Amino acid sequence: MKRTAVLFLAAALFACGPKEQQTTTSSATLTINGAGATFPNPIYSKWFDDYRKAHPNVQVNYQAIGSGGGIKQLTAQTVFFGASDMPMTDAQLKAAPGPILHFPTVLGAVVPSYNLAEVKEPLKFSGALLADIYLGKVKKWNDPAIAKLNPGAALPATDITVVHRSEGSGTTFIWCDFLSKTSPEFKQKVGAGTAVQWPAGVGGKGNDGVSGLVKQTPGAIGYIELIYALQNKISFGAVQNKAGTFVTASLDSVTAAAAGVTMPDDFRVSITDPDGKDAYPISSFTWMLFYQNPTDKQRAKAMADFMKWALTDGQKETQALSYAPLPQAVVDKEMQQLQKVSS
Amino acid sequence: MTRGDDRSFRLFTGAVAGLILVTIVGLAFELSRQSALSIAKFGLKFWIGTTWDPVAGNFGALPFIWGTLYSAILALLLATPIALGIAIFISELSPRMLRQPLAYLTELLAAIPSIVYGLWGIFVLVPLVRKLEIALPASLRKLPLFSGPPLGVGMGTAAVILAIMVVPFTSSVAREILKNVPMAQREAAYALGATRWEAIKAAISYGKTGVVGAVMLGFGRALGETMAVTMVIGNSPHVSASLYAPQYTMAAVIANEFTEAADELYLHALIEIGLLLFIITIAVNMTSRLLVRRTAR
Repeated sequence: MKRTAVLFLAAALFACGPKEQQTTTSSATLTINGAGATFPNPIYSKWFDDYRKAHPNVQVNYQAIGSGGGIKQLTAQTVFFGASDMPMTDAQLKAAPGPILHFPTVLGAVVPSYNLAEVKEPLKFSGALLADIYLGKVKKWNDPAIAKLNPGAALPATDITVVHRSEGSGTTFIWCDFLSKTSPEFKQKVGAGTAVQWPAGVGGKGNDGVSGLVKQTPGAIGYIELIYALQNKISFGAVQNKAGTFVTASLDSVTAAAAGVTMPDDFRVSITDPDGKDAYPISSFTWMLFYQNPTDKQRAKAMADFMKWALTDGQKETQALSYAPLPQAVVDKEMQQLQKVSS
Repeated sequence: MTRGDDRSFRLFTGAVAGLILVTIVGLAFELSRQSALSIAKFGLKFWIGTTWDPVAGNFGALPFIWGTLYSAILALLLATPIALGIAIFISELSPRMLRQPLAYLTELLAAIPSIVYGLWGIFVLVPLVRKLEIALPASLRKLPLFSGPPLGVGMGTAAVILAIMVVPFTSSVAREILKNVPMAQREAAYALGATRWEAIKAAISYGKTGVVGAVMLGFGRALGETMAVTMVIGNSPHVSASLYAPQYTMAAVIANEFTEAADELYLHALIEIGLLLFIITIAVNMTSRLLVRRTAR
């Protein structure tokens, strides 16, 4: 009995041994760990996979734990880069041990999706109307406020079931940022953040949780990322922008939103509710964040090389996943910022 | 085997037992330490506050405490008769051939991971509950217990899923208890002219303490269940008696909001909820032990 136990233990150690040696002594594969937003998770997954095929010695591990989580882990230096749909605040930047650079990667859109089998044409919403719905003031689909923007639509007398995110999310931030800009009452009562106090509604987990709830509940309205609405074939509405036009989210309208805003030098900007006739008002950049002077020079160089690839070849893959590529002016500016990363 | 071996065996097992005590004390200590900011800011008001506003930094745990206790108690009310029924059937009434397969199937329910229950809940249970909620007659829907729009997700669905998850635990422990009731007790009951059902009742009252323990085990599971509950309860922090209303539990809010809690107060508030859950679980366990001791007399 004792002998078999010792033999078993030895066999187990043997099994672990050689593998351990491989990862610590071999410098062939460089692993870069990152964490953050779920909003760009589809495109990041594709990028890291394609980059690995082109550069087999660099492997990027990304955990989609949410924008806030990404910022927290980057500040704690447990990951090499973070990803967020919300630019870091001054307070968060100050709390970090070193200067952090923001790199916009793609543009995305958040759409108001709904489940109304009776309505065939896409509905039109304004920011103020969406805010009233999410404040719980507009309770039924045949409310005069909705009918005013959608004359001729056969709106049923169904109750509106508001669906929001149960966990903290950058998508929530983009949505609340837009509603705060278009409704002073929403700004005062709820405000913008990755997790807010929702006056009404049901919480779903992740973009997929919200999509699932909207799809299953007749009369539901929920905000989700454009690609989830397209892939799950959920109807979504057009939103009125600052110029007064009702714009449906699409790659062109999102790019128009980015074009209408001047990019500051630190790349921290919100593009919700921009000027521009064709701009879709609930668009956002999403950022990759990493330190300007990391101590790990090898990883810093690998990260900079990856960013260069993402800003050039990577941009070609965005449209297939319904993200809009970055405007060329922004790409040029980012290439300049990449020079600052010491490696 | 020498006396030295005896002593070292005693020391070793004593150390392992002591490790458990150290773990519990360490857990309580860490939870309190990591929620210090929130305890300092809200004090006892945290237990009764109803706002949960991460933007303004205003936190109160009452909706979560309510949701956790309400869902667990409802699950217990649903699960206990069913679990006891299964236990009685398997140990007393079923044909000998069926006993093993039935016991195995019930225990299989316990082996299913919580997240699988959650997914089944979203795709199968929620639409079903929604249909039932709509079908309920309007006169009943006026009662506070059934008020609110029929969403499918809500306290009712969470209670059903928790009940399904609790049944295998309670029934397998109850079955063991009933099996251990000495034949003498049953034979005595029959000798006094008892019917089948009266004999079973006598057997149960003999094993009363164990059965109460089994029920409390189920209650403990229902209190801490996270993934299955968060997918069907609606995740809305409001106190409501209605089975239709979306509500929130302590375990669910921690699981949902922990990774995104970027500022210190938010994080400490969430950890304080963890501390509250810890305290409530200990209180429930102590109450059940008192109950067991009382009924044993």
